[in-house]
Amino acid sequence: MAPNPKETLLDVTNLTVHFHTDRGVVQALDGADLRVKKGEVVGLIGESGCGKTTMARSVLRVLPPGGRLVSGSILFKGQDLLALGEGELNRAIRGKRITLVPQDPFNSFNPVFSIGTQIRDLLKWKGGEESKTRVDEERIWEMLNQVQIPSPGSQLKKYPHQFSGGQRQRLMIAMALLPHPDLVIADEPTTALDVTVEAQILRLMKSLVRGREISVLFITHDLGVASEVCERIGVMYAGQDMETGPAESLFSDPRHPYTSELLASLPNPEGTIRDIPGDVPSLIRPPGGCRFHPRCPQAKGNCSREKPERIEVSPDHWVRCFYPRTKSA
Amino acid sequence: MGMPILEIKGLKRYFHGSSDLFSKKVRWVRALDGVSLDVCKGETFGLVGESGCGKSTLGKTILGIYRPTEGSVVFKGNEISHLQGHEAKKIRKNIQYVYQDPGASLDPYWKVGKILSEPLVIHTSLSKEEIRKNVRKMLDDVGLREEHLSLYPHEFSGGQQRRLGLARILCLNPSLVILDEPTSGLDVSVQATILKLFIEIKARFDLTYIFISHNLSVVRMMCNRVAVMYAGKIVEMGDTREIFGNPMHPYTKVLLAAIPEIGKKVEQQREMPLSGEPPNPENFPTGCRFWPRCGFKLALCESVEPPLESAADGRKVACHLHKNPPVLITSSKCSSIDL
Repeated sequence: MAPNPKETLLDVTNLTVHFHTDRGVVQALDGADLRVKKGEVVGLIGESGCGKTTMARSVLRVLPPGGRLVSGSILFKGQDLLALGEGELNRAIRGKRITLVPQDPFNSFNPVFSIGTQIRDLLKWKGGEESKTRVDEERIWEMLNQVQIPSPGSQLKKYPHQFSGGQRQRLMIAMALLPHPDLVIADEPTTALDVTVEAQILRLMKSLVRGREISVLFITHDLGVASEVCERIGVMYAGQDMETGPAESLFSDPRHPYTSELLASLPNPEGTIRDIPGDVPSLIRPPGGCRFHPRCPQAKGNCSREKPERIEVSPDHWVRCFYPRTKSA
Repeated sequence: MGMPILEIKGLKRYFHGSSDLFSKKVRWVRALDGVSLDVCKGETFGLVGESGCGKSTLGKTILGIYRPTEGSVVFKGNEISHLQGHEAKKIRKNIQYVYQDPGASLDPYWKVGKILSEPLVIHTSLSKEEIRKNVRKMLDDVGLREEHLSLYPHEFSGGQQRRLGLARILCLNPSLVILDEPTSGLDVSVQATILKLFIEIKARFDLTYIFISHNLSVVRMMCNRVAVMYAGKIVEMGDTREIFGNPMHPYTKVLLAAIPEIGKKVEQQREMPLSGEPPNPENFPTGCRFWPRCGFKLALCESVEPPLESAADGRKVACHLHKNPPVLITSSKCSSIDL
């Protein structure tokens, strides 16, 4: 994919987040960068505990108790989100300009209100000026049709438990799109679903954001899903962003040793299995320098001492490594 | 492949379903509805399908955790499904089950040493010293260290908990091991390590695996033969390479097409994903259970249930179409699946 002049929507630079726990300070993000352009689907992949969700939660400033944004900046449409007060953030950003499709469609609805009530409430608060006085039923119906919930009239009276997992995730997507956001953060939206339902939901999400100029930050641990849905992908490991690039070149030609090791550990039909030696480090006492160096086959002396800067190895393909793999022929 | 170590015939398991408040009529959940299969000695037999299709119920019915409503389970030539008490205990030493969520299946109040020696205390008459020796050896076999014995299960990572689950069953020296979703919830790099361990252990201890999983790429890599289940029945069964290379049943086709793969793009896929969701097990459709979602449905499918029959290459398929697939399948190309 050629580098395009699309404007940057979300620009996270040098973000450091710590969690204060009983066992010590968990250094969940260590100067991580993330950029999402307008109308782009960006994937954030990595193993559990690598900081994908922390990154998403920091953007919305909804970190769990004990979470501290230590340093860095989050610019959304040029506006510094870290400088905004809670009230302003609630009024203008959360659930309005930036919405969230959560991982677990089972626990994300309020079980004691009907789906209709919950959607109308959402529009009342986040749907824009005209919605404050009158909820636009047509807008809801149209959206439910688009996420393929049949006969919206009767469905709106139902309660969350009356829907299957796939339908609930469709409703979640509808609710995330109704306020006409600029950015949708989808946090493992299909992890809880079966593979055939997952395929339906992915296709649906892709078709809905296309043409609407909506950007998506798609968080997943499934490399296959990321490859199918995303245009650009960021790979994270232990709180550091390791590699960012166009989906095709990142998977066909990974330049960071971690990305290539991760791809090699995927199950393949030939039946050869390769794993990455060692374990994911504790983030309370993380290794210095590049956090991947204890497991890295290419690590040299300086990797343990200093953290590498991001370098652009090919157009729009960035790697945070002193010794990136050379481009394969 | 060698001799069948396990032969299952017409196995059914029904559960009490929901009932109306004032009616005595009970609806039955037909979780397992007539499953027949053979597992040969030394093979890895895969069971795949979406949640609720009956994979785990089948595993648990084989072991005897659930008593079959109907049908037989023959293990090494002996009918085992109706054994009780002492007899059942003897068999269970030979068939072991590795649970889906090791974090929840290990007692949180027990130290690892006690957890690992429990099966030996129950099933053998070894002395304390011998048990300790055995446990230490098993720990070493699954790649854990002796100092782990004094820890509690929650102090282990997901991958290490799987190792514990494996160590616990290995000390009984079983011949058939049922692995229920052994890698769900693991990251890919940990998954690779654990799969490697499974392969290694299988060769060293001369085991036969029944591998239950919804992760199709893992099944393709691990299993010699595979059975695809849908709504309590087997729809297709045979050699893994043949089934993955050329799926015959329409359900297997969409299931395989739905695997997210690197390099594939959602918008470029020809095959449409499956519409709808699996049927309610209290109220299956008549005829073939897959017809409401099937893109190649014939009029016949709505009324007559297709039997599981042998196809040309030795696999078994339960579909009315399998006798003449080329004509039908190329002509309709999922056109009736709407999304």
